Amino acid sequence: MKKRVASPIVLLGSRLLSPYIMVFGLYVIFHGHYSPGGGFQGGTLLAASLLLIRISSGRRISRIQFSDYLTTPLAVVGVLIYFGTGLVALFAGGYFLDYGQLPIPGLDGAELRYWGILIIELGIGLTVMAVLVSIFDDMVRGEDE
Amino acid sequence: MKNYIQLFLIICFTALLLFASMALPYRGDVDNQMNQETSITGTEVPGNYYVQEAYHDAHTNNMVTVVLGDYRSIDTLGEQIVIFTAGMICFLLLRKHREDE
Repeated sequence: MKKRVASPIVLLGSRLLSPYIMVFGLYVIFHGHYSPGGGFQGGTLLAASLLLIRISSGRRISRIQFSDYLTTPLAVVGVLIYFGTGLVALFAGGYFLDYGQLPIPGLDGAELRYWGILIIELGIGLTVMAVLVSIFDDMVRGEDE
Repeated sequence: MKNYIQLFLIICFTALLLFASMALPYRGDVDNQMNQETSITGTEVPGNYYVQEAYHDAHTNNMVTVVLGDYRSIDTLGEQIVIFTAGMICFLLLRKHREDE
């Protein structure tokens, strides 16, 4: 394997760019109610911001930013957020994934659906981000120690 | 010889696809069946309900988000589980393989 030469310009450029990509990913998730976007697209952008640091700096530095042991638990948490929202609505007296029955006080049915959609989009974004980073980590494992 | 057969098949398939695309309706044609509010049998199409009631049901401006996140949320749950399963398969195959070497 070729010897890796760390370039400070590439590292600095990706360090400059990565937070903006992450903020844009969060914007795409949270603004999915008004513009094109949602969990899948926003999660992919979040994963892109993490993978940029991973590609440019190698595993030792990127482990400080986002540990590779966190990816699988976060993917599970994302799926459980989605399932949990559906199950809470089920136990509160509605159908599975019927957000109108979520037990949040002070909101009527349509507002509850608004927030329920946002909650599941967050779960989707978390899972997509964690799975993409996890696939990258599995593929490069043992090659850049 | 094999290359000529492949080239012939590609040309035939391209001609078939071009011939089939001649009869496609124009985009945005209001007289087309898929843009009508009622289906051929006279019943109301479900997409009509989505268009008319999406904002009223969920107070969300983006109709696509309402359809994906609320009306068809179990479909989206399945998509998320497909991605999760892909991640788990990569976890099982790649990570174990690397440790064995």
